[in-house]
Amino acid sequence: MKESSLNEMTVQFPSLSENERFARLAVSGFISSLDPALDELSEIKTAVSEAVTNCIVHAYRDTVGIISMQVRILEGMRVYIRIRDKGCGIPDVAQARTPLFTTAPDEERAGLGFAIMESFTDRLRVTSREGKGTTVTMLRTLRTRKPADGEV
Amino acid sequence: MPVSVFYDASTRTVLAELSGDIDHCTARGLRTPVDEEILKHLPLRLILDFEKVGFMDSSGIGLIIGRYKLMNDLGGSIIAVNPSPEVRKVMDLAGVGRLCSIIYQKHRSFVGGIKL
Repeated sequence: MKESSLNEMTVQFPSLSENERFARLAVSGFISSLDPALDELSEIKTAVSEAVTNCIVHAYRDTVGIISMQVRILEGMRVYIRIRDKGCGIPDVAQARTPLFTTAPDEERAGLGFAIMESFTDRLRVTSREGKGTTVTMLRTLRTRKPADGEV
Repeated sequence: MPVSVFYDASTRTVLAELSGDIDHCTARGLRTPVDEEILKHLPLRLILDFEKVGFMDSSGIGLIIGRYKLMNDLGGSIIAVNPSPEVRKVMDLAGVGRLCSIIYQKHRSFVGGIKL
């Protein structure tokens, strides 16, 4: 059963490289009401940047497709982020998640995208079907900075 | 300009001041002028100054590794200077410290990135 959100947004944008920055700014704007600490915000932005870059560089390799990003704020200062594409899919997700594995070394891709998403979030889930697309979901619980009385 | 590149002949050092966000979108524009300067002067040392970099993802790691390989082929080395704590965290995750020194210096110069 889907947990209800305190707030939720879904944005869709084409897989253009300049939208990496847009995705980071959109997420950081949306979660600003939670008043995240600078390091938390920066880590979430980095994880989002990696996921969106994967869609652009890999999923829609020689084409432009739609990237869908959903951000949900859940009870307990939790941020849920789902980034989905309808691109080529990943034949072997476990291999793709291995640090330093990359299919694009000539483009100076370090092969650290999933490793960074994993380190900078509490939970990372990757589901993919070849020819259908990939969905990455990330969950990150923020520290409570200013516990206010009677406020969630 | 997201990158300013300087060459000091007396120390055979190229200094690249990077700025803004380093991601997949900006990485190519950052590396081209740096590589041009390196291939023009064949320096012994490359200093990458991260002081004005506000954000960096794994594309920045690719940028560092690529320049490390190029400088290594020339028998030279690279130094990373003044990354913010957020940028440093990405560097540490990737083990960039194994490829180059990461130093903090208020007044960096061409000599090892350190003001003498």
